[in-house]
Amino acid sequence: MSEGADAGLIVENLRTRFGSDRAGATVVDGVSFALQPGRTIALVGESGCGKSATALSLMRLIEPPGRIISGRVLLDGRDLLAMSEREMEGTRGAKIGMIFQDPLTSLNPALTIGWQISETILAHQPVSRAAAEQKAIELLRHVGVNDAERRAHDYPHHFSGGMRQRVLIAAAISCRPKVIIADEPTTALDVTVQAKILRLLRDLQQEMHASMLLITHDLGVVAAMADEVMVMYAGRIVERADVDTLFHNPGHPYTKALLACATGIEDDRGVPLEPIGGSAPDLRHPPPGCRFAPRCSAVQDLCRAQDQSLRALAGGHEVACVVVEQERADA
Amino acid sequence: MSGANSSAGIVEAVSAAAAPGSGSARFWRLKSFARNRAALISALVLVGVVGAVTFGPLIGGLNPDDADNLARYAPMGSPGHLLGTDQQGRDMLARLLFGGRVSLLVGVAPTLTAGVIGLALGLLSGYVRGVVDQIIMRCLDVVFAFPMVLLAIAIAGAMQPGVLTEIIAITVILVPYFARLARTATESVVPMPFVEAARAAGGTPSAIMLRYILPAVFGPVIVYATTLIGLMIVVGSGLSFLGLGVQPPTADWGAMVAEGRVVLRRASHVTIIPGVAILIVSLAFNFLGDGIRDALDPRTIRR
Repeated sequence: MSEGADAGLIVENLRTRFGSDRAGATVVDGVSFALQPGRTIALVGESGCGKSATALSLMRLIEPPGRIISGRVLLDGRDLLAMSEREMEGTRGAKIGMIFQDPLTSLNPALTIGWQISETILAHQPVSRAAAEQKAIELLRHVGVNDAERRAHDYPHHFSGGMRQRVLIAAAISCRPKVIIADEPTTALDVTVQAKILRLLRDLQQEMHASMLLITHDLGVVAAMADEVMVMYAGRIVERADVDTLFHNPGHPYTKALLACATGIEDDRGVPLEPIGGSAPDLRHPPPGCRFAPRCSAVQDLCRAQDQSLRALAGGHEVACVVVEQERADA
Repeated sequence: MSGANSSAGIVEAVSAAAAPGSGSARFWRLKSFARNRAALISALVLVGVVGAVTFGPLIGGLNPDDADNLARYAPMGSPGHLLGTDQQGRDMLARLLFGGRVSLLVGVAPTLTAGVIGLALGLLSGYVRGVVDQIIMRCLDVVFAFPMVLLAIAIAGAMQPGVLTEIIAITVILVPYFARLARTATESVVPMPFVEAARAAGGTPSAIMLRYILPAVFGPVIVYATTLIGLMIVVGSGLSFLGLGVQPPTADWGAMVAEGRVVLRRASHVTIIPGVAILIVSLAFNFLGDGIRDALDPRTIRR
């Protein structure tokens, strides 16, 4: 695998565990992917499957009792997991910008928003406070905040949810990061605002030629934003495909089930919802073999016998399912 | 807001006054403080008290230790003795003014010092956690294990009696209270998403502690500090009473109350006057603390 300067973000076999070796849960279990500049990868999956833990691991923001137990996260050829904490502080915000799920609580209520954006700039660039505040005003204007000079002196509670998310985006892109990690950026917003924020994110990403890891459980967002999709289940990536393949020719039974839930909502109200039976496994005691086996409609004995790793099907389409692999091979 | 912007800030504040619904943060903070009438009056009262005890004794003719045995127990309003005299014929006004210097110093200085130290320790403990937290908090628990006044007596007793001794003793006993409060407040702020967001933006631990957590912890500490000032004036008097603080005949409000107690029936004003002084100062600090807390909290800014 190339480790050159323009390789973007490369994650290899990332594993993050909460709790001790004996009692605990590996919530991110062997995640690998490569995120090229200008591309967007969506990470989808249900709540608790390890999406956010993956994002926080990339930023090295996992708090004890959680810890990253193995893997490499290469950015510009350097392993973030091997950096000193000081170097990592210089990387967060500067090379990787993160946008959080809840814009209502992700801003410090005690500081004006202009101040908060300039904090990020001052942390990474040798400029004066006045210059940083000027830059903050430009950024606010850039993300579509009207009357930015005046609004920069306002506090977070003076802003609506959508406007606060614009502020957070302004802070995240303030140092022109190479990678943007957006952890469910529109979950807390009104549907009408969601579209605007997503368009803004995409425009900014293209303008900066940054890569984006978009974490979401909203397949509509995936369809609108992503080039490539990774489906996560119980801490593992179970399918990886470009966005067209995933929607039109999904491989893994879990992906199919997810899509079935979504189409039931959007297309035809006459069709009853198809929930996925059962519930996600307790990661402290994961089931043997394929972790989706207990809920899978196409389960075979083989599934429970051995772990299912990602296998290439065709054209970069990878699925961690032995049944699908056999089917496709036969066809 | 930066220093370079401050002149622009004033201009903006003035224009903001003309156009409601907009304006600079600093201006609105001042204004919200001024709107809190109790806090404003308290501030004025405290300025008056501090001014009186600072400059009052400079006016000639007042001697707190000059005992006029022929004019003992003079009631309030007596000629030459505006607030009367005590059981030794000393002028109450002079004693009140000179005593106020000691009492205010003993009330304010240890509370401020302990507040700063406790805030720093609590912030560090609550943010860094782990071994540092354990060491700091267990050391403070040792101080906690002693009854507050008893420990102050022990500390003061080990040193030369005097105002400085009093201040040091009271500071030591107050630090754990502030540290615990600051640590608890810190712990409630650290899990907030905005702290994580600050970390994700590359904030260093010291920057996060100072700019993200300190503002949230400051409010409760200020309020707590102001409630303690009145109490510490009394604790300081207690130390004086035991001979560990300022020595007679030096006046101090608490000591004056204690001395007056003996002649309460004969001349109640000897007790009541310094008592009322302590009451007014304590209340004023409490209201002032509430006002400062509200003014520091952006959510309470009315606009």
